Amino acid sequence: MGKTLAEKILSLKSRGDVKAGDIVVSDVDLVFVQDTTGPLTVRQFKETGCEAPARARQTILFLDHAAPSPGKELANDHDFLRRFAQETGCLVSEVGEGVCHQLVAEQFANPADVIVGADSHTVTAGGLGAFATGMGSSDIAAAMALGKTWFRVPETFRVELSGSFRWMVFAKDLMLYLIGRIGADGANYKALEFGGTSLKRTGIPERLTMANMAVEAGAKVGLFPSDKITRDFLTDHGRANRYTPLHPDAGADYERVISIALDRLEPMLSLPHTVDNVSPVTEAKGVKVQQAFIGTCTNGRLEDLAVAAGILRGKKRHPDTRLLIAPASRQVLARAIEEGHIASLVDAGATLLPPGCAACCGIHQGVPADGEVCLSTANRNFEGRMGNPAAMIYLASPATVAASAIRGEITDPREAI
Amino acid sequence: MPRQVLKGTAMKVGDNISTDHIIPGRFAHLRSNLPELAEHVLEDAMPGFAPWARELSLRSEGKPVLVAGKNLGLGSSREHAPLVIKMSGVGAILAESVARIFFRNAINQGLPVLLCDTGRIADGDELEINLADGTVVDSTSGVTVECSRIPPVMSAILDEGGLIPYIQRHGDFKL
Ligand code: SF4
Repeated sequence: MGKTLAEKILSLKSRGDVKAGDIVVSDVDLVFVQDTTGPLTVRQFKETGCEAPARARQTILFLDHAAPSPGKELANDHDFLRRFAQETGCLVSEVGEGVCHQLVAEQFANPADVIVGADSHTVTAGGLGAFATGMGSSDIAAAMALGKTWFRVPETFRVELSGSFRWMVFAKDLMLYLIGRIGADGANYKALEFGGTSLKRTGIPERLTMANMAVEAGAKVGLFPSDKITRDFLTDHGRANRYTPLHPDAGADYERVISIALDRLEPMLSLPHTVDNVSPVTEAKGVKVQQAFIGTCTNGRLEDLAVAAGILRGKKRHPDTRLLIAPASRQVLARAIEEGHIASLVDAGATLLPPGCAACCGIHQGVPADGEVCLSTANRNFEGRMGNPAAMIYLASPATVAASAIRGEITDPREAI
Repeated sequence: MPRQVLKGTAMKVGDNISTDHIIPGRFAHLRSNLPELAEHVLEDAMPGFAPWARELSLRSEGKPVLVAGKNLGLGSSREHAPLVIKMSGVGAILAESVARIFFRNAINQGLPVLLCDTGRIADGDELEINLADGTVVDSTSGVTVECSRIPPVMSAILDEGGLIPYIQRHGDFKL
């Protein structure tokens, strides 16, 4: 019988012939932590009794969530991680380099890799065809120690995409629509496998956004096949030799097929306080926005900043709306400077934050006040997510956030230009 | 099977309790100070959870049982979430459904999670959870609730008190 992408990769990495429901022990190509999950992971790793990670050069400690550190406790956590890296030879990604998932995509992930990270959005690397999933610190400590982990091979929901996005509609809108349709636990324990005729027009940045949000439907992975677009991306990033063709078999067994015609979609919003509380932007127009945030592992890439800069160029943010921009990585920042997007955004009144998670997770840099509305390009709007449970977070595409920053209220980007 | 029968008092929370409810990002600076972090467990969803859990564990003969609705623990992979729940004295979790990473994390911390129709259990009810046969007897209402079984791999990890002790003992995954 044919195999899904998840079954193919896990068969390869567990050196078996596996199908959904099987329990496998799989080799791991890359293990990582970030600065808020890393210290506990390292302590647990030490408890296992192992001296050094099984593969130190494929073990990365990212300093991105609290970067630069807002206080002495987190500064000490950074210090703890740096020392561990010095002792063991694993790699540190320093403050200012960017969000772990963006850096994994830029520098490490390849088709058919198995990647585990102590961060739920590890799924992002599925955009490049990696079986990449988030785990807690015990599982990551064990994967560091042993170079492997166990999985239950997930059943797969196939997301079949046809047509093209209309003007001002993006991968983010698709994911909000999908999560609204199946629910925040709609794909719990499942693999989401993206396919269909639209893929030949879907770039890696969009694939990363889509894979990134798979976890907001509860999925274990969000997987793309590899193709010419994947190969070109790897070539651009110095990894042409890491390209492997990867496709699901004809006749693979899918638990469910969800077909979406991209040309039917419109700009979408997720309303407080759950990601699946979704509506078209047109239905929430006019809600006043005190803070607009463009960044994160979902939508802080060059293409996202380019869209936002295109809308904001020559315009000003509304005087009552703060506009925060956080590029997902240093490379994104450098290119956005080169291409003039940063100048356009700053001229429009934006505050530029360092590459990293920035305002996304409520640690620092952009905590909203009681009762305030933050319109964000992030992936989560849970109560308290941005540091204040009395604030309201709405999620949207960079275009919708940029358009709304001009008007000071939730705005359909098709009307702002 | 570990600790065959657990007893305790139900502490109910609602649906969609995220890891941001359990320990919000604003306490990220306390993640290397677990006792202090544990003081804030669930405070946005249920103010006073930590002291109340402590009081219940002193008062009753068992440990408090966290009884949740749908999709408990959605969101971040932070294992601090089940860890601080455990540190607050909770001995087991019952939920209608539980997010994937949180489920694995709780088991890895040696905290049993069983899935059942938690709508039939009221806040403050005295419970008796039988891990081996997957039933919960609510001795306050007299109702017996059937739970799903913990998968064998996870049960083996739970038997050792969590994943780190499991690795210490076996040195590898013995599945
Ligand atoms: S940008 Fe936000 S969602 Fe992404 S890794 Fe950072 S905190 Fe998590």
